[in-house]
Amino acid sequence: MNFEFTEEQVMVRDSVARFIQDDYSFDGRQSIAASEEGISRDVWGTFAELGWLSIPFAQEHGGFGGGAVDVMLVMEQLGKGLVLEPYVATVLLFGGLLQKGGSAELQTQYIPKIIEGSCLGAFAYLERQSRYAMADVQTTATAQDGGYVLNGEKVVVLNGSNADQVIVSARTSGEQCDEAGISLFLLPMDAAGLEKISYRMMDGQLVANLTLKDVAVPAGNLVGELNQGLELIQSVVVEANTALAAEALGIMEQLNSKTLEYTKTRKQFGVAIGSFQALQHRMVDTFMAYEQTKSLLYRAVCALTDEKEDAATAVHALKVMVDRAGRLIYGEAIQLHGGMGLTDELDIGHFAKRLMMINTTFGNGDYHQAQFNALRYN
Amino acid sequence: MDTSFTPEDLAFRDEVRAFIAKEYDEDLQTRLASGEPLVYKQAVIDWQKRLNDKGWVAPNWPVEYGGTGWNATQQFIFDSERAASGVRDVVPFGLKMVGPVLYAFGTEEQKKRFLPSILASDEWWCQGYSEPGSGSDLASLKTKAVLDGDDYIVTGAKIWTTYAQFADWIFCLVRTNSDGKKQQGITFLLIDMKSPGIKVNPIVSIDNHHSLNEVEFNDVRVPVANRIGEQDKGWTYAKALLAHERTSIAEVGDTKRKLRQVKELAAQELGGGASLMTEPSFQARLSDIEIELMALEFTELRVLAAVASGGAPGAESSLLKIKGTELQQAVQSLLMDVAAYYQGVLPNDLSADQLGHEFGSKARQAFMYGRAATVYGGSNEVQKNIIAKAVLGL
Repeated sequence: MNFEFTEEQVMVRDSVARFIQDDYSFDGRQSIAASEEGISRDVWGTFAELGWLSIPFAQEHGGFGGGAVDVMLVMEQLGKGLVLEPYVATVLLFGGLLQKGGSAELQTQYIPKIIEGSCLGAFAYLERQSRYAMADVQTTATAQDGGYVLNGEKVVVLNGSNADQVIVSARTSGEQCDEAGISLFLLPMDAAGLEKISYRMMDGQLVANLTLKDVAVPAGNLVGELNQGLELIQSVVVEANTALAAEALGIMEQLNSKTLEYTKTRKQFGVAIGSFQALQHRMVDTFMAYEQTKSLLYRAVCALTDEKEDAATAVHALKVMVDRAGRLIYGEAIQLHGGMGLTDELDIGHFAKRLMMINTTFGNGDYHQAQFNALRYN
Repeated sequence: MDTSFTPEDLAFRDEVRAFIAKEYDEDLQTRLASGEPLVYKQAVIDWQKRLNDKGWVAPNWPVEYGGTGWNATQQFIFDSERAASGVRDVVPFGLKMVGPVLYAFGTEEQKKRFLPSILASDEWWCQGYSEPGSGSDLASLKTKAVLDGDDYIVTGAKIWTTYAQFADWIFCLVRTNSDGKKQQGITFLLIDMKSPGIKVNPIVSIDNHHSLNEVEFNDVRVPVANRIGEQDKGWTYAKALLAHERTSIAEVGDTKRKLRQVKELAAQELGGGASLMTEPSFQARLSDIEIELMALEFTELRVLAAVASGGAPGAESSLLKIKGTELQQAVQSLLMDVAAYYQGVLPNDLSADQLGHEFGSKARQAFMYGRAATVYGGSNEVQKNIIAKAVLGL
């Protein structure tokens, strides 16, 4: 039993940490967020050069062959830097679906490009009525001329604005909310009949709604088994949720340490406000919330690494914890910073907004608690 | 013990409803919702003028200065009806803050000069209390006023000044004496925002809007005639005002209305085919809030009744402030959860149909700016200190 990381893992973690510290300042991040694309191609190029885009991919495709621990270590650092570049959308979602379910042809075609930084990807799964129900799919894919024709709409597609390729969930059989009958298709963003509108979210992400009108897709672009798409989605999402939790943990650490620092220096009533016991206890609470989140993250990562049966349960628990601890930690960080915490200029609010958006990605705490309850008690 | 309405109360309620239905018209509502700051400002002024024409703009003022003379029930009815109709309360700085200080502590000349234009909303006021170094510890303020003939010369900075960019006047706490206790040596001044040496620096807040400012004072000359009461006694006047401010930031009626909206919107949210309103966890969060709110409504009534029978709002107003703002935030947070991933949408030019959602961006703005409520008007931590000291004797 040990919670040590390997030398290689420590090296990767430290190289990401160094990059964030030296080359990804908060002000620089804010300029990237305000730019037209909302991401920096240069930064993405650096990620590729340093090998971070290769981490979860198999070595046969030029990947690093890393696992949940490696991804966790990278994501935690990206969280600390509030990194805008589309690691989750491109590497973990688009890449993850290809890695787990793509045909050999699709893998050979796209994974090396993801790794070298020349292909940005997205996964379009949300619909305006679906909320967090992944099986609630109205978009249809109809077999035609040896391929498929897609019709429907996808919303809030992460990285949808900059992606070159997108994997879309569509119904190939069954009713709107049936678990069976969902299939995944890879298509280029410039496919005929695909239109996008882009908009910005409060965490700096540029997302898109996609309208699909008679978009023709060759049969070879089916990702995973026909009608069995939901299982593939779930196996990728469970890993993505863990990665997002690691990003959240990095953010929580930043919020806690910045708040602690502030309360040690901000003076009111002639003393540092950190000397007030009422505030000390609240900072102890946020510290404990952070440690508990970290423990549950490690538990989930171990369960995933060992392919334990209860990995899904552990990840549901983790998402609940991230939601609850996140609300507590960003709430206290803003409150204890007082008026300063309410300014756009200070980074505190931006860390809070990213935490909030992480909590709405693939289901908030209430959603995952219901899933947890169903698995444990029903 | 009786909280039922008399026939007179019911008649009054109908009168309030009729007034709002007629005067709070669609044109006004559109202008109030405008993102254009000056359009919004004019709409606020127009609405307050209509209230003033009816004699209802300053219910809390004594009748001799233009108040309504309503009893606690009438005041409750007016406020409930206002909130239930989605009508925002008046801008507090003139009508709820400096106005009461003026009629309580001002000279006859000051009352004559300022009260009519506050009632008529002809002059916009802002509040100069907090400073970059003085937030919760308000009495530590450092903005300095030095007597020079018939003027004070004011130097320093105020911060978090809401709508300073609109304001004609600012009421300020300034330091005139550094000897002795920090609460002594503070003076209450009324300062013309057009005075040379005043500079307003905008602050963009986490809701991506500009309503807050920093106000700099560089050797600003203020006539001694604009001082409230005595020099060095400003803290006494300010304290009286703070209690008023805290009662009016509970906003129980507004929170009730917003909770109703949350229910309506949640009923329309379907995930996997089922309405959010049918989810037990969501129901539990709703009822947690609703139960606290039912209690707070009666706490507010109890305070109102005590004030109407001659008491001044005291430490109870701190309770209203803490609970009121916590519940405002709880409702804002719930609405964010109803909006799910759409809660992050920033203002854009897309229609609700293109976006696939109606209220996400508004929920975000209300939630983000709502974080201020537990900080302003004396942070909730300071309110707890007040209760601990003044009520519990700790």
